[in-house]
Amino acid sequence: MAAAVVPEQRPESDPYLRVRDLRVRFDTEDGVVQAVDGLSFAVQRGRTLGIVGESGSGKSVTGLAVLGLHNAKRTRIEGEILVGGRNVVGMREEEVSRLRGRDMAMIFQDPLSALHPYYTVGRQIAEAYRVHHPKAGRRQAWERAVEMLARVGIPQPARRARQYPHEFSGGMRQRVMIAMALVNNPDLLIADEPTTALDVTVQAQILDLLADLQAEFHSAIILITHDLGVVSQVADDVLVMYAGRCVEHGTVEQVLRRPQHPYTWGLLSSVPSLHGDADADLLPIPGNPPSLINVPSGCAFHPRCRYALRDGGPCDVEVPALLPVAEPGHGVACHLPPDDRVAIYRRDVASVGVAR
Amino acid sequence: MTPAPTAAEPGAAPPPLLTVEGLTKHFPVRSGAFGRKAFVRAVDGIDFEVRPGETLGLVGESGCGKSTTGRLLARLLEPTGGRITFDGRDITHLGRRELRPLRQQLQIIFQDPYASLNPRHTVGKIVAMPLMVNGIDPPGGIKRRVQELLEIVGLNPEHYNRYPHEFSGGQRQRIGIARALALRPKLIVADEPVSALDVSIQAQIINLLRGLQRELGLAFVFIAHDLAVVRHFCQRVAVMYLGKIVEIGDRDDIYTRPRHPYTRALLSAVPEVNGSARERIRLVGDVPTPLNPPSGCRFRTRCWKATEVCATREPPLVGDGDGTRAACHYPEQGPGQSVVDGREGAMEGRAS
Repeated sequence: MAAAVVPEQRPESDPYLRVRDLRVRFDTEDGVVQAVDGLSFAVQRGRTLGIVGESGSGKSVTGLAVLGLHNAKRTRIEGEILVGGRNVVGMREEEVSRLRGRDMAMIFQDPLSALHPYYTVGRQIAEAYRVHHPKAGRRQAWERAVEMLARVGIPQPARRARQYPHEFSGGMRQRVMIAMALVNNPDLLIADEPTTALDVTVQAQILDLLADLQAEFHSAIILITHDLGVVSQVADDVLVMYAGRCVEHGTVEQVLRRPQHPYTWGLLSSVPSLHGDADADLLPIPGNPPSLINVPSGCAFHPRCRYALRDGGPCDVEVPALLPVAEPGHGVACHLPPDDRVAIYRRDVASVGVAR
Repeated sequence: MTPAPTAAEPGAAPPPLLTVEGLTKHFPVRSGAFGRKAFVRAVDGIDFEVRPGETLGLVGESGCGKSTTGRLLARLLEPTGGRITFDGRDITHLGRRELRPLRQQLQIIFQDPYASLNPRHTVGKIVAMPLMVNGIDPPGGIKRRVQELLEIVGLNPEHYNRYPHEFSGGQRQRIGIARALALRPKLIVADEPVSALDVSIQAQIINLLRGLQRELGLAFVFIAHDLAVVRHFCQRVAVMYLGKIVEIGDRDDIYTRPRHPYTRALLSAVPEVNGSARERIRLVGDVPTPLNPPSGCRFRTRCWKATEVCATREPPLVGDGDGTRAACHYPEQGPGQSVVDGREGAMEGRAS
């Protein structure tokens, strides 16, 4: 598959992160799990890429691979992950950990299990700072921690820095995580379902905060989520994953307003909306996501696809390549003829669920 | 306080299947260095009713008491105060034995399809259990009834002898639904039945529940934090905040003309694929602790309209004639688009 197909819509400035033909495999007792299978994308500074998919689509595995957090003994990673020009794949652990935290950082879904319960949050943030600033004194690191807590909107930061994670509410804990991730001014931030565990009103606060911080620090952000609403609100570009592959990518406008892949259609029409006909039935995707040990032949989505060309068609035989469609930057991996896809979308999808 | 009938013509409405009056649940906890006894006021005096075949949604953020309410209704928890009347009978303090016949009428579906099924039992046994416990021998035998139930919820009846771990999350939730249907209940309490599922599976389960509700005429108390899901399933909606109902009414009224500022803020905070242009109301801070809720109106600490009276006097849950009731001293008046430009709507004076 030609790597040239993949998001290179803005060649004028070099992307900070470039992933080329990434493959991640885990050897398990039951067989080889092909979690990511030939994924390519790029993110520039100041832009947010939303990676969307259901559980087991490989979106979190991708995030962990970029950070070099997979267990090298059990994981086979191939391809290229260029972070600011340096390839993380095959890099020695000491080198990766120098990048991690300083040049790239991660925010996890569950802040309570990502923070150490035994240390105050101020100490944990200060430690994250000192690891990459060995010359900084204790006091300086502490001041930096308090400053970061203030920056992420925690009231009375000097007092709160001396408290333990359990003394914070869910939203405040997520702010602490963000403060810790940003303490070294990373150029790349990976947020894995950062608001999934939060209530909507708190989620709105955290999403606003991430947008503000991006404007200020000008970092590249990868937002991993299953929530299309969150993506449409904060991301610039979207990559839709299914069974370890990218099935559609493009700008938010392209992928969410003019989607061309049947899986993206399925996601959009199965999400209930606050608008439109509440009594109309949702249009779920039939069946279940496939096992990554035994991925369906051809297009992995074909057993669940309403429009698959089954009678001698290529869908169950040949893996569709990710090809550009009419607009620059928009790519779709589907065997259906592009004109048919546009027609089907207008006829069946555009009026249902949140796609409306 | 008896809630006013919500239907337009009170005379024609059937008697409610479930009536809840002043329902309260306080959990004792120890707090402070001296082990002083305190109470988490999880549910603090709520009233509502559910008519036969009606679906009521309970929505709110974590800690608002919606799940506790569900557990009180199914009598998995003992209420601290108030009254629950089901099918004309006071069930508030029934004992274990008296509850058994009740549980044939009133079933519960849980959120976590992994924790709510016994991993050592086959699917057949799990779904048959309610029948066996109650000594019911359906015509054609238990096995036939179970297979029929599996078919109703969209599972292969031949999977009768499989174990829960052989099923995906969505399929497990279907097993839980089959189990709840086994005794032909009149009311099902569904506690976040789809929130643990992937979106594509979530839509399958919502459609299944909707179909069952229509075909079997089931009444539902549907507990969820996802406002869009509730909109697709419920005819009436109650919004909870810190153990109180702040607004209750017909679905369309709640979603298009929210009267309580909290309802409006909640709706505006939902990120929507097609809602990018909408103005979001930024609520500051978190939900206060139910150990020591704010005086007066509990929402006042995060409300942009709060004044002195909100701190001193608790607003009653009152209606304005169209069936919706809201507990606010300064209810929103905005029309359909109030979520977009409610601030203007709220400014318009109205004779009270």
